[in-house]
Amino acid sequence: MTELDKSRRRQRARNLAVGLALAGLVVLFYLITIAKLGTTP
Amino acid sequence: MASISDMDMAPPTAKDIAVGAVFAGSPSDYFALLKPRVMSLVCFTAMVGTVLSPGSVHPVLAVTALLCIAVGAGAAGAINMWFDSDIDGLMARTRGRPIPAGRIEPGAALGFGVSLAVGSVILMGLALNLLAAGLLAFTILFYALVYTAWLKRRTPQNIVIGGAAGALPPVVGWAAVSGELSLLPLLLFAIIFLWTPPHFWALALYRRDDYERVGVPMLPVVSGDRVTRRQILFYSVGLVLASISPVVLGLAGWVHGVGAGVLGALFLWHAVRVWRGTGEAEARTLFGVSILYLFLLFVLLLADHAVMLAGWLGR
Repeated sequence: MTELDKSRRRQRARNLAVGLALAGLVVLFYLITIAKLGTTP
Repeated sequence: MASISDMDMAPPTAKDIAVGAVFAGSPSDYFALLKPRVMSLVCFTAMVGTVLSPGSVHPVLAVTALLCIAVGAGAAGAINMWFDSDIDGLMARTRGRPIPAGRIEPGAALGFGVSLAVGSVILMGLALNLLAAGLLAFTILFYALVYTAWLKRRTPQNIVIGGAAGALPPVVGWAAVSGELSLLPLLLFAIIFLWTPPHFWALALYRRDDYERVGVPMLPVVSGDRVTRRQILFYSVGLVLASISPVVLGLAGWVHGVGAGVLGALFLWHAVRVWRGTGEAEARTLFGVSILYLFLLFVLLLADHAVMLAGWLGR
């Protein structure tokens, strides 16, 4: 495997990690919204 | 029209090479920037603060608070690694870190840390309250600016004063739930604050050569072994007294009191061994014991709280 192949592999791994983190944040923001709406008098 | 296979086999452009160089690290390298072992202890002590705090929040918000504290602590760690990358490369303990090992560019680490710091503080403020967000911001800034950039390379009291950053997470956790502070979170702060010097000076006793090589004025380097061993004992006595103060002040029950007493006696025994010894073995043992000690002490606080909630035994 060349250095460029390794670099692109790491880049794909980073892209996947960032994508999962963003998806997780979307879910978290949704849950936070539900939680705060539920506790609002 | 070019196919996907054609694009995969295309020669790299200058942009490919530049982007690949700046962001060369893998996700695990970026995770390593956050000092995960420190982050886990921070998260645990913060969790104890949220559990002990009066009042209640929705479980999602409690988890969010812990996430913000963990990410904020990690962000401070990443900024610390950016700042210390020059000396990290010269120390045996730290030369494998992502920046000195060349796996992540310094600028990428700084951007990563600052982004996480800002994001965690904003999320804490929006999801919980401004007090917790302010305390979290203060914790991050204190660790990054006061300890890392200012004190660490200037004074042997660096980890004494800088230890305040590591002592704040349970206070932040408490504030996230209750929106205010009281005596017990300040006692938790005091416990970790007094724990920090014996913990880090034990490390410095057997890593003295590393710190001396890079000019970090840790106490063994500046004042020698004997002074350091004596100071470890003094702070250990203070730590044990602080650890039983919740019981003395009526803020915790006998479960914590007895357990803290037993743990404190063991900790002092190891501190006395360091004081009376001259070798590295006792210091290495104390360093390991100190981590277990703090973890078990906070577990006792949780257990004591559970017992009192269950009403099985009174104070």
